Amino acid sequence: MKAIKKLFIGMTAALSISMMSSAVVAETELTMYYPVAVGGSLTKTVDKIVDGFMAENPDIKVNAIYAGNYNDTRVKALAAMKSGKPAQLSVMFSIDLYELMELDAVVPFDDVVSTDEEKAWLKSFYPSLMENGVTNDKTWGIPFQRSTIVMYYNKDAFRAAGLDPETPPATWEELVAAGKKLTKDDGSQWGLMIPSTGYPYWMFGALAMQNGETLMNGAGDTTHFDKPGVVDALSFWKDLGSKHKIMPEGMIEWGTLRQNFLEGRTAMMWHSTGNLTTVKKNAKFDFGVAMLPAGKRRGTPTGGGNFYIFKDTKPEERTAALKLIKYMTSAETSAEWSVATGYMGISPASYETDQLKNYIAEFPPAAVARDQLEFATAELSTFQAGRVRKALDDGLQAALIGTKTPEEAMSEAQATANRTLKAYR
Amino acid sequence: MKQESQNIQGWLLLAPAAILLVAFTHYPTIATFFDSLFTNSSIIRPSRFSGFESYRDLADDPVFWKALINNLWLALGTIPTSIGLAILMALIVNKAIPGRGLLRMAYFTPTMLPMIAVANIWLFFYAPEIGLLDKALAVFGIGSTNWLGDPDTVLPAIIVMTIWKEAGFFMIFYLAGLQTISPELEEAAKLEGSSRWNYFWRIQFPLLLPTTLFVLINAFLNSFKLVDHLFVLTKGGPDNASNLLLYYIYETAFSFLDTSYASALTMVLLILLAVTALAQFYFVDKRAHYR
Repeated sequence: MKAIKKLFIGMTAALSISMMSSAVVAETELTMYYPVAVGGSLTKTVDKIVDGFMAENPDIKVNAIYAGNYNDTRVKALAAMKSGKPAQLSVMFSIDLYELMELDAVVPFDDVVSTDEEKAWLKSFYPSLMENGVTNDKTWGIPFQRSTIVMYYNKDAFRAAGLDPETPPATWEELVAAGKKLTKDDGSQWGLMIPSTGYPYWMFGALAMQNGETLMNGAGDTTHFDKPGVVDALSFWKDLGSKHKIMPEGMIEWGTLRQNFLEGRTAMMWHSTGNLTTVKKNAKFDFGVAMLPAGKRRGTPTGGGNFYIFKDTKPEERTAALKLIKYMTSAETSAEWSVATGYMGISPASYETDQLKNYIAEFPPAAVARDQLEFATAELSTFQAGRVRKALDDGLQAALIGTKTPEEAMSEAQATANRTLKAYR
Repeated sequence: MKQESQNIQGWLLLAPAAILLVAFTHYPTIATFFDSLFTNSSIIRPSRFSGFESYRDLADDPVFWKALINNLWLALGTIPTSIGLAILMALIVNKAIPGRGLLRMAYFTPTMLPMIAVANIWLFFYAPEIGLLDKALAVFGIGSTNWLGDPDTVLPAIIVMTIWKEAGFFMIFYLAGLQTISPELEEAAKLEGSSRWNYFWRIQFPLLLPTTLFVLINAFLNSFKLVDHLFVLTKGGPDNASNLLLYYIYETAFSFLDTSYASALTMVLLILLAVTALAQFYFVDKRAHYR
């Protein structure tokens, strides 16, 4: 009975909304889904930005709908598309690109921009943030909430171990040496923790790149999991626990790692920049943020969400959507967003704004993610991304818990990926 | 004429239930079966009829077998223990003891909490070193264990949590069952000098068999249905050591966007549950005393 009542209310509401929109003819209405991966209060920040946009553009009405995490958002946006009442634009996982392309769900921005100024705008972002959004020479995603992996370290623990708190380890050798000094024999403090649940493929993207390898090609149809350099990167990850003893062996939980760091159980952790604000608020000790150390070179994958415009849109809706995206990725908005969240500014111009300049002057760790961009690469993204990612995740975990050797685990993961991707080559 | 109007009236009375059943149970089941016979559609590869290809893939899929076997272990690990605990708790709170209301509530609390919230709490119980469990064991000089990170301990860890979550729920049914047993039986047993155990085993337990049948079916269904905690605790890891069938279906459908294969997996789960439920009704029904 209750359900029927709800249904009735819903229908009445839908009817009155459709009547309202027909009353204001000139208005373009946009629906946008967006995810929040790091906690709820960010919805207020998004609402504030969207309100600012509508105040400047009274002829455009934007419904910004918080849709859960990245997975939920993709599921909801695609469900809306299939139901015939699609969103016009959405923020979705940057690595959803190939699946969205395969479903013929999104349009490239090259088809939407017209003026020279707009074409120049496409080139105004950090190139490494564009890597996950560009394929076949077309731009499909515009960066919005983006992050990299950084190394958080406990300066007090560094001092206690006789290490210089202002020079965090910059190479793998230094990392192992510092880790050995920081690890206490009684098990009360580890040198380092790299999470291996949740998003192991993401952490591994960093290690592989530091060893001079990428995990996939630019077309998203070939992976390189069984290359010797990639296997060596996995061996190094495993050795941190089993050989060098500076990290607990086996799995390290993504969800509880921050707590481990805050309680002093590990002197260093690798984690998303998205944790910066929380760590800043809760750390009872002096902490620092550093770029990830270099193997053959430095490296980290980027992460986070991009703007997409859906294909099933009218020309005026596309124009309005482009306007909104330009507003939300402008230097000023990006700076405001970065300060509020810990996500990085997405264009060099955003770091030239007073707001971000002042923030960095007062809290220098906020600049590390940007400085590291120079060494960043795309996050693992292929056709059939979910399945390929799982093949890699399973392989990484099997190697880390010791049920398979790194060689076995990676050649099996590569075989699965090959089977999945051969139809796309 | 009268017969006809009675017929219509009968159908009208049936209609609400029938419409709901058809719309939300029968139609989706049939649609799922058809989905499983076709490949996924995309602009690169349009959908085509593939027959039972998905089912053949399934037979070769190690993750599917792993998830299925995990599920059976989970059922075996949770059902007898949680039923035993539920009966024990029901017997305790069925007596006139001080603080009975509080105790009943305490037993029932885990059931009321949302699974996701519960999983977030248990995540920190099980966390190595900083977790409650490890800190408690450290008092006895037992070193740190990575409960959720070790393929040997992850499934037992999840079983313990599931028992904690479920036993209180089943207790309610046993409590209701116990209260329908006539107190005269207990008095008669006492007069005859029957022991407490004898009374339970010969009188209470047989009279509770209908409840046990109901709980058994529910517990079995739940062991396949409840996967919320996996999203928080393990995501099926490490290396599928805690993957369960329904979680794998979710991943296949919404993370891999592979409707065809997810449909085939769903059909397997449906058939498995239907067969078990029928078998349980058939075997236990014969021995249960309905009044």
